[in-house]
Amino acid sequence: MSTSRKSRKAHLWRVDVSLKEGVLDPQGTTIRRALTDMGYENIKKVKSGKFFEIELDGDRAREAAKTLEEVCRKLLANPVIERYEIKRLK
Amino acid sequence: MKFGVITFPGSNCDYDAYRAVKEVLGEEVEYLWHQDRDLREFDVVILPGGFSYGDYLRTGAIARFSAIMGAVKRFARSGGLVLGICNGFQILLEAGLLPGAMLRNRSLRFVCKYVYLRVENNSTPFTNAYKIGEVVKIPIAHSDGNYFADQTTVEESEKSNRVVFRYCSPGGELDDRHNPNGSLNFIAGIMNSRGNVMGMMPHPERATSQLLGSSDGRLVFESMYSYLSAKGRREVS
Repeated sequence: MSTSRKSRKAHLWRVDVSLKEGVLDPQGTTIRRALTDMGYENIKKVKSGKFFEIELDGDRAREAAKTLEEVCRKLLANPVIERYEIKRLK
Repeated sequence: MKFGVITFPGSNCDYDAYRAVKEVLGEEVEYLWHQDRDLREFDVVILPGGFSYGDYLRTGAIARFSAIMGAVKRFARSGGLVLGICNGFQILLEAGLLPGAMLRNRSLRFVCKYVYLRVENNSTPFTNAYKIGEVVKIPIAHSDGNYFADQTTVEESEKSNRVVFRYCSPGGELDDRHNPNGSLNFIAGIMNSRGNVMGMMPHPERATSQLLGSSDGRLVFESMYSYLSAKGRREVS
């Protein structure tokens, strides 16, 4: 993907937010235990999280990525417990 | 002496907090709307429990951007007393007025019951009416009360005596069985470095009368009252 490409079309991005390494993830642990009980003994770890699909209008990709960084830091993720990843879908 | 209780969309313990101030202290108390911006005439601001903005995204994550939160930050900077109860505590964490964050309860369940708390610090505006080490019975009601902070932050809070309440057994021992949500170091309530902002998951406003099962929460309100009375006397003399 070229970040310098000028684009007037809407962009579609995806933001994944999950708990940082070392932060207790009770949901992930419970799901993993359930899978173990179901017989999936080779599943060793499950991490839970959430994702957001975000449409942006008109911005260049680089600006859009910057905006999303800001939005993640301010609202979508709590940096005390969570990390985030921003990906462009379209 | 004037208390303010903030109503956010989704707050549901605002009346309980309002009533607790009226009934326990008989002092002036007023509701504040989340869009208000002026707290100058208040001595105490209470952020009550509830489900502000439906707990969407994370508990307290949206409420912290309410118009009133700018005023709450200025109010705290000027030394005003800020008490966050349950969802109010979660909002204070998201706003960065207190350190740390809340995770989902270890059990993944909403836990609503009386718990025992040990008073860890009674030299605060919120707990001066308690005895140090005293065990009190106050109810909790939450899904996300599993206190977490990175190691440096927790050590800093411990070292500077900012942990105000810890979950404990009826006898005052710290054991896992009596940690209702998995909180780090059994933390149930903490304050900021200046000591004028406190957050606690348990609901002192729901424990103001034996009729409700306990009156141990009254002392949180009485503590603020005696702190402000003493402060008033100092300012006058």
